[in-house]
Amino acid sequence: MVLDQLSGDVSGAARPAADAPSPARTASDAGGRRPALLILPALIALAAFFLYPLALVAWNAFTDPTPGLGNFVWFFSEPANLATLGRTFTTALWVTAVSLLLSYPYAYAMTVAGPRVRGLLMMLVLLPFWTSLMVRTFAWVILLQDTGVINQLLGAVGLGPFSLIRTQTGVIIGMVQLLMPFMVLPLYAVMSGIDGRLLPAARSLGARPATAFVTVYMPLSLPGVSAGCLTVFISALGFYITPALLGSPTDALISQQIFTQVNGLLKWGRGGAMGVVLLGLTLVMIALLAVSLRRAGRRVSR
Amino acid sequence: MRTFSWGRALMWALCALVGAWLVVPVLVVIPLSFTGKPSLKFPPDSWSTRWYANFFGDTAWMSALWTSLQVALLVTVVATALGTAAALGLTRARVRGLGAAQGTMLAPMIVPGVVLAIGTYSVFLKLQLVGSLAGFVMAHTVLALPFVVIPITASLRGFDRRLESAAASLGAGGWTTFRTVTLPLVAPGVASGALFAFVTSFDEVVVSLFIQSPYLQTLPVKMYASVTRETDPTIAAAASMIIVLTTTLVFAATFFVARRSRVK
Repeated sequence: MVLDQLSGDVSGAARPAADAPSPARTASDAGGRRPALLILPALIALAAFFLYPLALVAWNAFTDPTPGLGNFVWFFSEPANLATLGRTFTTALWVTAVSLLLSYPYAYAMTVAGPRVRGLLMMLVLLPFWTSLMVRTFAWVILLQDTGVINQLLGAVGLGPFSLIRTQTGVIIGMVQLLMPFMVLPLYAVMSGIDGRLLPAARSLGARPATAFVTVYMPLSLPGVSAGCLTVFISALGFYITPALLGSPTDALISQQIFTQVNGLLKWGRGGAMGVVLLGLTLVMIALLAVSLRRAGRRVSR
Repeated sequence: MRTFSWGRALMWALCALVGAWLVVPVLVVIPLSFTGKPSLKFPPDSWSTRWYANFFGDTAWMSALWTSLQVALLVTVVATALGTAAALGLTRARVRGLGAAQGTMLAPMIVPGVVLAIGTYSVFLKLQLVGSLAGFVMAHTVLALPFVVIPITASLRGFDRRLESAAASLGAGGWTTFRTVTLPLVAPGVASGALFAFVTSFDEVVVSLFIQSPYLQTLPVKMYASVTRETDPTIAAAASMIIVLTTTLVFAATFFVARRSRVK
């Protein structure tokens, strides 16, 4: 009797968008629309303080000081701007490549380590991940100084001194360390899902360890590689604080130029045009990755 | 087999080096904050706690710290509330345009900080929000939203909806069900979202550099200005305290989550 009542209540409750396909949902007009209202406050905040600002950047790029493509013509006709763009690209590529090289074995080691060592390795990645970017950049300002720790260490083994701060090398060193957690975490996420028995299986079929690793393991880890590389690359493209504090003003990256144009020279249009170019590049990179991942997915499913 | 074990040894050596490289650079800041001399030379020759005294005695540093804490706490509340509601909507609504809404929600993660910063600056100039607490809170909230929505959405996807039906069948209203059944079960997701929101706001520099005023600065902005202008070890004291604070928060959160999952 009580049970009957309960089950009657369950089906009659007409909770909007109940997971199971129940007659209650089709009976209710609200369907899945009422929960959609819950998204609205966040969307309004994003529209006002995220989409509107970005739209204004684009608007400024096309209208300030005069309507037209003037700012983009200026950007693509000045050799200095193209050099900045190229430098930004090569810096981001270097940062991505070095991070991948250091992170791949690290993430692999995390998957084969025992639980304690894995916990420790994870902690070593998470601590910098959580530590303020400003604090970590400040630490690099100290380390890379001409009389800093790195030059002292190099001097102890008879090398240097190198000028590291205010050089592109310094920027790359700092950025690799700052962005590495974003490479290790997706790599580890993908690698920990790879069946560990595949490598012994490949070896039992006669593959040498290196061959087994390269032909079996590495292709399976590619989704993690591309996710990590993309995150690091697009973060590096738009990095401001680290190149501003570790780099040289004459070798500025595009984000620094945007800052100077708007904050220093009050050239909203030019800064906006550079912003549009940077944002466009970022979106193109993401689209390229999405396409390549979909291709890879299709190949795997075939 | 021998080459393989050589490979392993090499791997562990590299691992140790990389692990050290991830953590050690940050730690130089702590001994440096106890230097006796007014320079950022490492290692220090003499020791003192004067830079901490300087930090707590200086109104500019203290007001920057206070502003940062205020902004970060408000952002935590606002972003967690908006993000929890949005995550509920995203996992349960069945309407067109849900994918677009989700994309918009995550987009602040990929837009370069400087681009959003100049846009926010021009909006704030129009709305006269430059150098205002509300301005900081809103600018940081949109940056924090993706980091709130992601973990909460993940928790909600693993949540058994029949529990809500059960609560409803026992007479609980929508809000009561949410408060007494749904929220406690997705609490780890909400907690990590809130932690992300706090840290995102507390760390934010680029947008804050544009929307600050000489009268209202956050701590990272003050640090940035200090690094570019002077070699004052007070910044090392500030940095050390931030390191200790975030490390404690992360350890506490990890401990909290570990304990919860053991209880379950």
